[in-house]
Amino acid sequence: MVMGDLVDEVEVAVLGGGPGGYSAAFRCAELGLETVVIDAAQRLGGACLFEGCIPSKALLHVAAVLNEAERAKEFGVDFGEPRITLDPLRKWKQERVVGKLARGLASVAKAKGVEVIGGRGVFEDSSTLRIEVGETLRKVRFKHAIVATGSRPSGLPGLTRESERIMDSTAALELPDIPERLLVIGGGYIGLELGTVYATLGSRVTMVEMTAELLPGVDRDLVQPLQRRVDKMFAAIHLGTKVATLHEVGSEVEAVLEGRGAERFDRVLVAVGRRAQSDGIGLEATRVRLTERGRFVQVDARCRTEDPRIYAVGDVTGEPLLAHRAMRQGKVAAEVLAGRPAAFDNVAIPAVVFTDPEIAWCGSSEAQAKDQGLTVKVAKFQWAASGRAATIGRSDGLTKLVADASSGRVLGVGIVGPGAGELIAEAALAVETAALIEDVAVTIHAHPTLSEGLMEAAEHLLGA
Amino acid sequence: MTEAEIVAVLVHEGDVIREDAPLLEVETDKAQVEIPSPMGGRVEKIHVEPGQTVKVGAPLVTFADGAAEQGAATSPGRSTTAARAAAAPTRAPAAPPPAVAPPAVRAEGPAAATPATRRLARELSVDLKAVRGTGPGGRVLDEDVRAAASGPRGAAAPATAAARAATPAGPARPLAAVGADTPPLPRFEQWGPVERAPLSHLRRTIAERMTLSATLIPHVSHFDRADITDLDAIITRNLEAARVKGVTLTLTSFLLKAAALALLRHPTFNASLDPGAGEMVLKRYYNLGVAVATERGLIVPVLREIDRKPVLEIARELAALAQRVRDGKATLDDLRGGTFTITNIGALGGTAAIPIINYPEVAILAVARARQEAVVRQGQIVPRLMLPLTLTFDHRIADGADGARFASEIVQLLEAPERLLWE
Repeated sequence: MVMGDLVDEVEVAVLGGGPGGYSAAFRCAELGLETVVIDAAQRLGGACLFEGCIPSKALLHVAAVLNEAERAKEFGVDFGEPRITLDPLRKWKQERVVGKLARGLASVAKAKGVEVIGGRGVFEDSSTLRIEVGETLRKVRFKHAIVATGSRPSGLPGLTRESERIMDSTAALELPDIPERLLVIGGGYIGLELGTVYATLGSRVTMVEMTAELLPGVDRDLVQPLQRRVDKMFAAIHLGTKVATLHEVGSEVEAVLEGRGAERFDRVLVAVGRRAQSDGIGLEATRVRLTERGRFVQVDARCRTEDPRIYAVGDVTGEPLLAHRAMRQGKVAAEVLAGRPAAFDNVAIPAVVFTDPEIAWCGSSEAQAKDQGLTVKVAKFQWAASGRAATIGRSDGLTKLVADASSGRVLGVGIVGPGAGELIAEAALAVETAALIEDVAVTIHAHPTLSEGLMEAAEHLLGA
Repeated sequence: MTEAEIVAVLVHEGDVIREDAPLLEVETDKAQVEIPSPMGGRVEKIHVEPGQTVKVGAPLVTFADGAAEQGAATSPGRSTTAARAAAAPTRAPAAPPPAVAPPAVRAEGPAAATPATRRLARELSVDLKAVRGTGPGGRVLDEDVRAAASGPRGAAAPATAAARAATPAGPARPLAAVGADTPPLPRFEQWGPVERAPLSHLRRTIAERMTLSATLIPHVSHFDRADITDLDAIITRNLEAARVKGVTLTLTSFLLKAAALALLRHPTFNASLDPGAGEMVLKRYYNLGVAVATERGLIVPVLREIDRKPVLEIARELAALAQRVRDGKATLDDLRGGTFTITNIGALGGTAAIPIINYPEVAILAVARARQEAVVRQGQIVPRLMLPLTLTFDHRIADGADGARFASEIVQLLEAPERLLWE
């Protein structure tokens, strides 16, 4: 150690200030453990708040307002052509949404006595983190560390990304302009969410997906209504298509799509997934082990790594890469550290695609339940029969309920339609608490609401 | 399970075998297991051969003596009673032992229980998958988990932490009760004048608790000494610095820390015996009692979560707590929930003391006065400050070797005091 180094000794050092990191830190502090968060940007919120969930949802809300206004023509209300001014829109997103939430997190940290140290944290060994802040070096000696370094957008292997016209999701959320022609590479949830935002703002969107379907792995019954909508909304969707090359040509980007030839775009959004940020943080100096595939940090149900002093939570620990999974894991890690009998044993991790219509699901899908060898019964409630759906002019939704045939236990739920992301909460409670279809069927659901769909589906199974 | 494959036949016709001797090796879709003989006797006929697949109920082995009864494979999955009976030392059919019986019908999917019930299962170290739920749709209820934790009920005997810690754990059952009625006292007046004084409430409580402990618990005491020269120097050097922070640094605070750290590594000394259940209750919290002498008698207030607190904090809390006790202002919570006790009689002198365990804890540590002694170090006689320690523990839970190791851990921690400051 060099004289003059700053060395702090703490009980818990959390590496990364995203949802996993701050949830862990706050819970540690509540349980009386002295905790610091080390974050490269010296702020709490992480990718979720600054370059992911939150800003994308702000933009999706703008898209929803535009779409509603357009739809209002059907019932005789015409607002005229919308005029979009990007500066106030960006300012609203950045200050009124992201900034406000960031200040909120900072004040919670202060109230709980959690210090946020700015700088890049690198493990020197199993009890020391070196923190680089410009020229100065600071060290934190910890009793326990929680790795919560999250994930970052994957690049396209072999394709250059040096042009500023070729954006990842982070750059696209900055809303540099509204390109006339936008190529979206990747038909997963990020590509679909941002693709629909740009399409609503006026871009001609072309989507390319390598596999044969949008939202690979998601129940087709749920994807279909969204597919119908984006078929109309996007200029083109090329499934089963690879991008061979991308080149910046003047102020355009030329993309060569395999089997389709060259096409020019004003901007390109690469949304082909996210990868673990487990490199460059010195984990090799500890006993932490990474998975072969994906380089994720290996953890057990108590969020413990192979290194007894080091825990890990969130995206860096693997799929599904979702903020709310990270938050729950963060709390589990904190409680385990405090000697409590916590475990990340959750059955239902809800997933939401915030498109229009929204898609949400939790628990087992029909296919997954069958793969597990369970005999299931399935009910699909079409929103065409929902009073509430009719009043908002959206009868394209569906609520799908999967239950164990013999016990009647709710195994999983999928919903597509406006507000699906909110509606899935009830389903998650049902799955997590091992509720039976009868429990759901006899619970009174307010009328007329979209939530009745789950009750209707359960009633249908009860009668079956 | 409807069938199994015979992997090996471990006996020959004509062999005389005893009960529980290995008979066959079979492979089911769950596991490969050795089947012990359900009875002793002479093997008259073997009906199967390696590689053969046998249906449940098919005869395996016939024993000669008595009525020549046939062994038959029964289905442990469907009927554990049958499997149980088979293992009983009667002339019953040979069957895979109940240990291999799939515990519950549900094999796939997550355990059907609410998050709160799952947390309870973790607290009680019950494997939820091995519990048969009695709730609607087979949901595992809190009662099911508690029942599983307190003993086997039917097929679903859970593995508890205690059972796993010790080697083969049979079913839990109560220990035999030990009765000790007070015999009548002689008439003391016959030898001279006497006086009778009523017991104070505290005195009565102490009397009852000490009798309970000394009667119920087979006490063992282990003696050791710690060289606390370095620790004493640290305390002396930092007395003033601590006083500035309003803390009186005492040896007892370091003792508490050392004991808590040693308990972390020797969990049986942080336990209680549950004779009713036939189980050990391992506590995952480290709340240490400190014997405090008051004018009214002995009181043992409890400091919580010592393992997680720095020594300075322990010293601060200890001073405040001892003051509350002496002032008679201790709350009930100050006196409950201890897992281990320390008594320091050094201030009053003595070379050693054998304390009585603070029931229902497992052990208690007594220290007497530390003295400068002539100690041989590297062939030289040097003056060192030696602290006599006595660990008294419950022989039902721990043996002499365990006690020696635990005491030695405390001694080592006291002799390397920097470890107490770091942890």
